Amino acid sequence: MKSAVVLLPGLNRDRDMIAALTKISGKPPITVWQTDTEIPDVDLIVVPGGFSYGDYLRCGAIAARKPVMRAVAEKAARGVMVIGVCNGFQILLEAGLLPGALMRNQSLKFVCREVKLQVANANTAFTRNYAPGQIIRCPVAHHDGNYFADPETLARVEGDGRVVFRYAEGTNPNGSMNDIAGIMNEKGNVLGLMPHPEDLIEAAHGGTDGRPLFESALGIQSQAA
Amino acid sequence: MIKARITVTLKNGVLDPQGKAIEGALGSLGFSGVGAVRQGKVFDLELDRTDRAQAEADLKAMCDKLLANTVIENYSIAVV
Repeated sequence: MKSAVVLLPGLNRDRDMIAALTKISGKPPITVWQTDTEIPDVDLIVVPGGFSYGDYLRCGAIAARKPVMRAVAEKAARGVMVIGVCNGFQILLEAGLLPGALMRNQSLKFVCREVKLQVANANTAFTRNYAPGQIIRCPVAHHDGNYFADPETLARVEGDGRVVFRYAEGTNPNGSMNDIAGIMNEKGNVLGLMPHPEDLIEAAHGGTDGRPLFESALGIQSQAA
Repeated sequence: MIKARITVTLKNGVLDPQGKAIEGALGSLGFSGVGAVRQGKVFDLELDRTDRAQAEADLKAMCDKLLANTVIENYSIAVV
């Protein structure tokens, strides 16, 4: 399975993401730059985390309007899998590929710690290698992860089972509505999440809880834990 | 040349933790009875246009496409 990583100025989690995808898929992902108007044929596109354009205006707002994101939107419309992590999630929201918005953390503090996530829907292309309701560990590092959507949108996202991950066991680090940590689009091929699953994919990380997410998206069967 | 000021504010019902913190700080400075503080943004810009109606249409498009996130924000445009 082939993957691509989107590069934008100010992202800083691209190297971790490239390392994780290389490790899991067995080959390095293609990288695409912000000015690229076409993305080669791949099965999975990842928008990694960081601080694209210094978080100017709103997190992800400038990045979302770069040519490469139009190319991502075209691929997504054709069914290619897309994952946005942290700033990547913010960019997907600003690009209109996912509903809602991410606001400043309720505490107003940048949070950098490990949280617990519940797999709220294990029947997705991103989570089929997890058990329904499974609780996993995952690090977060963000200032604007407080998910917000108007009541109708929230009801629709919840009703459709498009909340993929929730903060569990009282570990919601940002005040997000319904403890939402990650959501997907209506078609089920675009996922955005604030936590960093790419940082828990091998024993040297202290755990592999994030690995099944990428294995699911890449169509790889996870080893039983 | 047309000068404009665009004001972007959070919609009603959207929590504003920064506004709340500012409200608390005003209280701790001794300004009593201050409530409902909301933080927003102001953009001042100049447009190389002479047609005011065209300028207003352009400004609205700028707000919808970039300056405001209409999921959470409202905007108002004042041509000065």
